[in-house]
Amino acid sequence: MVRRIPDGLLARHRFHWGEAVFWVSALAVFSLFPGYLTLATTALIMALFALSLDLAMGFAGIVTLGHATFFGLGAYGAGLLAVEGYQEPIMGAVAGGVLAAVVALGVGPLILRLEGLPLLMVTLSIGLLFYEGANKLTWLTGGDDGLQGIEIAPLLGQFPFTVYGHTGYLYALAWLFVLFVAMRRLVASPFGVSLQGIRENRARMRLVGTPVLGHLVLAYAISAFMAGVAGAVSAQTTKFVGLAVFSLDTSADVMVMLVLGGIGRIYGALLGAPIYVVVKDFAAAWNPYHWMFVIGGLLVVVVRFARGGILGMLDAAASRMAPR
Amino acid sequence: MQQFLSGATFIALYGISYGVVLFTISIGLVLTLGLMRVVNLAHLAFAAFGGYLAVSLTNDYGLSLGVSVPAAVLAVAIFSIVVERLFYVHLYGAGELNQVLMTIGLIFLSVATINMLFGPDVLPARLAPALAKTVEISGYPIQMYRLFVTVVGAILLFLLWMIFDWTSFGARLRAAVDNATMAQAIGIDVKRLFSMAFALGSGLAALGGAVGYAILPLEPMYPFKYLPLVLVVVVLSGFGNIKASAGVAVFVGVVDTACRFLFPASAAFVIYSLLIGLVLWRDRGRPASVR
Repeated sequence: MVRRIPDGLLARHRFHWGEAVFWVSALAVFSLFPGYLTLATTALIMALFALSLDLAMGFAGIVTLGHATFFGLGAYGAGLLAVEGYQEPIMGAVAGGVLAAVVALGVGPLILRLEGLPLLMVTLSIGLLFYEGANKLTWLTGGDDGLQGIEIAPLLGQFPFTVYGHTGYLYALAWLFVLFVAMRRLVASPFGVSLQGIRENRARMRLVGTPVLGHLVLAYAISAFMAGVAGAVSAQTTKFVGLAVFSLDTSADVMVMLVLGGIGRIYGALLGAPIYVVVKDFAAAWNPYHWMFVIGGLLVVVVRFARGGILGMLDAAASRMAPR
Repeated sequence: MQQFLSGATFIALYGISYGVVLFTISIGLVLTLGLMRVVNLAHLAFAAFGGYLAVSLTNDYGLSLGVSVPAAVLAVAIFSIVVERLFYVHLYGAGELNQVLMTIGLIFLSVATINMLFGPDVLPARLAPALAKTVEISGYPIQMYRLFVTVVGAILLFLLWMIFDWTSFGARLRAAVDNATMAQAIGIDVKRLFSMAFALGSGLAALGGAVGYAILPLEPMYPFKYLPLVLVVVVLSGFGNIKASAGVAVFVGVVDTACRFLFPASAAFVIYSLLIGLVLWRDRGRPASVR
């Protein structure tokens, strides 16, 4: 007798037509709102960053307060590379991602043994260390003034990065698409499923023979690579890197985006980031402290009433409409 | 030699008074973590509210610190019971991720509220004349305030020790920290105990924020700014262990002061590297699977 594989596991591989909505609308934004491409590029970059956090936090269960570290490393890495004269964008972004991944591989084996409060404390402090480092190493990073003078060569030698942001937008979209497809396969693979097992119960996964620490470090490094690429693309398209990339605000922002869209679901990051970026842009004229009412309120409301975020609510509504 | 001694005295006194403030603020988090297993990252908001309340009562209404500090502590303790009923009850057993997310949300809300009520600037730390006076100890001028804080801390530690070791409340608390289910089974009202411990912890945080307002300056970002230091105290002292956290807090205070005194340019580096190292060292040899 052949055992059937549970539908849930297989369904994750299958393409669902609803998924096309996101990518078609991303292309539609390109042709319909040419005046908002800079903002839309930011949304795509943050979506990629939120996706990386989803891999670490949503799938592997690594609750971290310092994910901005990897975004910042990618941004400074790619930015410095361009300032030093290597201006090819794609390899530059890969280099930023690799730098972040190497740091993650270095600290991962040490810190991923920790859980809960100790892990929070250590990731928070590592984030502070990098912030302080970038602040103090003025000769390298420009310190408080940020890294300026980034020039990027035309994409594929053909398409220059202009102030209108056409190239930048499609470049960011391409990175998001490629890494999204990779992550989609990753989380449905045996490796991805065992990550979710580790998230649910470490001791049990250990007992069934999963190398828990090794898996966590690998997931952390892949997540760091994605965050690094996001940071690098941000540096390349805005031609500027500020200290804020390392700040706690950046870590908190991306967490809110992910939670808003739906954590532990691959489309959560892709939905939450654009909504958050657009709403924040409307509120740009506000006092930044007042904006914190929105962030705080969102986090409390989502945890209290809508644990799956927007996607979770849609799922719940859909299953209520179609009772089996 | 003389210079070394006076430097050491300075570091010791400033470090200990700083540690005392850290201890007073952290103890509530040590309790809530031990009792309710809630990772309450927003704990420092209670300290900030306590500090702001006490200082504004003094500055705006001319009350003496002897009146305004107890008033602020009481107000924050009562307020914390409301907050616990509104938000924290939903977090008991809710999973770490949800606890972290909601309590970070509460930090943002409290920062925004503090800014709205008290403005965005650092609240100037004006000391009462009696506290601002300095006395010379081994060649270094030491503020009376620092001595005052240290004495308050010593009294507080003694009182807490008495409460935890010698009263029935303390015994029930220790029982619930060790095993909440068992404590419930032998007839301890754990839920009520939670609320009382939460209010006690928040009140103590308020006391720390109020007494320590010249050591940890009051500003809207307060609940974020001092979070790593408080987390270190909690992490290094372990679940619900009050005596250990007093020691750890004073240690962290002295180390922080010493770093600022010895390496003013790169103090934050040295402190945080050291503290990360300590946390990792404490957890070494623990298999990754242990929950």
